[in-house]
Amino acid sequence: MAVAQEQADIRLSERIRAAVQTRTMLWSTLAAIFVVWIAVSLAADVSAGRIISLIAWGVMLGGVIGLGGIGLTLTYGVLKFPNFSHGALVSLGAYLTFAVVDLVPNTARIGPFSFGWEFVLGIVIGAPIVGVVCLAIDRVMYRPLRSNNASLVLFAMASLAMAFFVRSIVYMIWSGDFRFYYPGRSSPALDLPLGIRVQADQLFILLLAGVLVAAVYLLLEYTKMGKAMRATANNPELARVRGINTERVIAYTWMMAGALATAGGAMYGLSSQLRPAMGFWLLLPMFAAVIMGSIGNPRGALVGALIIGVATQLSTSLISPAYGPAVAFVLLIITIVIRPQGLLGAPGE
Amino acid sequence: MTEAAFVKGILLAVPIFILALWLVPGRWQVRVPGAIAAGLALGLLLAAVLPGGDLSYVVSFLSMASIYAILTLGLNVQWGYTGHLNFGIAGFFAVGAFTSALVTTDAPTGTLAQYSQQAFGLELPFLVGVLAGGIVAGLVALIIAPPVLRLRMDFLAIATIGIAEIIRRIFQNERWLANGPQPLRGIPQPLKCAVDDPGCSWMPDVALAFLEPLQARHYSFIYLIVIVIFLALIYLVLDMATRSPWGRVLRSIRDEEASAGMNGKAVTNYRVQAFIAGAVIMGIAGALYAHYMVTIDYTHFRHLFATFLIWVMLMLGGSGNNKGALLGAFVIWAVWAGTAFIAGWMEPVLAQIAEPLADRSSYIRWMLVAILLAVVVLFRPQGLIRENKVVSRHLLRRAETPPDTRAEQGGAEARTG
Repeated sequence: MAVAQEQADIRLSERIRAAVQTRTMLWSTLAAIFVVWIAVSLAADVSAGRIISLIAWGVMLGGVIGLGGIGLTLTYGVLKFPNFSHGALVSLGAYLTFAVVDLVPNTARIGPFSFGWEFVLGIVIGAPIVGVVCLAIDRVMYRPLRSNNASLVLFAMASLAMAFFVRSIVYMIWSGDFRFYYPGRSSPALDLPLGIRVQADQLFILLLAGVLVAAVYLLLEYTKMGKAMRATANNPELARVRGINTERVIAYTWMMAGALATAGGAMYGLSSQLRPAMGFWLLLPMFAAVIMGSIGNPRGALVGALIIGVATQLSTSLISPAYGPAVAFVLLIITIVIRPQGLLGAPGE
Repeated sequence: MTEAAFVKGILLAVPIFILALWLVPGRWQVRVPGAIAAGLALGLLLAAVLPGGDLSYVVSFLSMASIYAILTLGLNVQWGYTGHLNFGIAGFFAVGAFTSALVTTDAPTGTLAQYSQQAFGLELPFLVGVLAGGIVAGLVALIIAPPVLRLRMDFLAIATIGIAEIIRRIFQNERWLANGPQPLRGIPQPLKCAVDDPGCSWMPDVALAFLEPLQARHYSFIYLIVIVIFLALIYLVLDMATRSPWGRVLRSIRDEEASAGMNGKAVTNYRVQAFIAGAVIMGIAGALYAHYMVTIDYTHFRHLFATFLIWVMLMLGGSGNNKGALLGAFVIWAVWAGTAFIAGWMEPVLAQIAEPLADRSSYIRWMLVAILLAVVVLFRPQGLIRENKVVSRHLLRRAETPPDTRAEQGGAEARTG
């Protein structure tokens, strides 16, 4: 009798879990949090105009987080470990871009943006360098671990070591001072409808994030290398059985992750300022975005980044902006509890 | 040898004796006299040979290494026994430090209150402060453990980084709590009266006469003894816990979660318990640190010093082995202190390469420690001292052991029985 009762209980708990751990549940929880927060803000005499501006700025912030997050979600999906050095790679990319901007003669601004062509050149030069750095780290650290079938935690630890290694290099070369790509150059805000004022740079960042996500998505869906990447992410052994050179796939993944980290770092540096720890501050929002948008899914990373960006900005209507990381953390925990596969993942993934 | 040097030597002999107890192998009959001899000889020798400044350096080195050793022992409960990937040690360390500071200081009044704010100041004794530091750190762990611990290890690592970051920001921004970005000053030190001029009123005359030659600036000799006693107590408790059924369940969950659950162990409960136990120990370490530093602020709890170094210590020493954790803490703290000298020597070399590089030579220390962790992960993930596969003394007594491990077995028996 008691056993039957217990079994019924288990079935009930499983049924509850099945009902709770759905995509719809996660979406509606997030939506409910936003609605309640906006309602509370309005009740606390925050003007509607300010809330709309905060949402717009949140979308811009989401672009920055998303740019960093695409590279992170790629390595997380294919190599199956959280790369804690991604933040340091973001910093390295930003500083390499800075080195180029500092070195070459600066041209006039491009259109309404605050940067000139040398900034674009900096990203184009910095991206492959960071890619090669990633590749070198993989050869020295992660490949031996892979061939030993090391546990996930050793990979995580190795990436933590590499995070401090790369950051110490950044400190050595560029020191810990704050830097700007264009010190003293203003970036005038554009007046958009609804009283929103954003900089042209921010729109560019958002656009770039969208374009890069689309590019990575197309690459994963339609090219041979993309298919090989997805196969390796799914099951490396089976991929090898089908004749896919998984080491080559992993090398490409690292190159892409490094290049995307550079773009993310340069944009983050453009939207605020450069400092060696900048990538570290971005690490928590990036991981939250990647997990929320399902690991390995670049579109998901951007969706998650936009949600986290908006939530971070909206939170400043009532609490101190210093607690931005706490917002990302809370959303991460909600995602993990309700649906660890994230917003876009298939069940059981 | 002056009288002051003699007193210092004797005071230094106490922590060295305690530390030597676990370094010297063999049975208790050999160990205790051996450790006493080593403590007295080394303590007096150091006091006689080294000038005052260098001797103080030795004391501060041992103090910091012992605090780090406590942190490493706490991490060992979480990672070594249970496999929790806690990348947020700094958070629990900071909570312990600030809690103890708030509990033991008195709340500022009058004009001072305008410059220094804190939520409360209870003016309670040092031991209460340390206890409170441990308990509050444990409570923080209790709040965050349930939602995170039942999930994947990589999520736990990410979440704990977030926790540490949030805790650091709270102590950075909340002025009312612990004086915000300004440092919290005047944390009282236990037994401080021993080195003051009249001396503690409760001390017997013999002790007062013995401590007479010391001045207030020699207080660190006394506090080192306090820290090392805490270290020894925590080590003993953890050593017993490892051997107990509780410790063995933790290891079984780490190695084979499914079969531990199949044998009727409440896996989630045990994991939460281990996480909290580790956090309590980290909180105690934080409290000891606060009283050591007297003045603390949020910058003391950065990821490099308060998380990364401790991971390097545990990985190098040997995860799952308390002796290894201790060894790793002392070795890495020595390396960290040593790299300061290396960085100093390299300064002229770096200046030759590029002028501004010389000012940044301190970052070489980061690089060296990062490389050290990478090397450990790559070539010796089990650390210097391996984990003992069999820890129960009943099994050790019964098992047929090859002759070369018999000494270790004797030591294990002596320690627990």
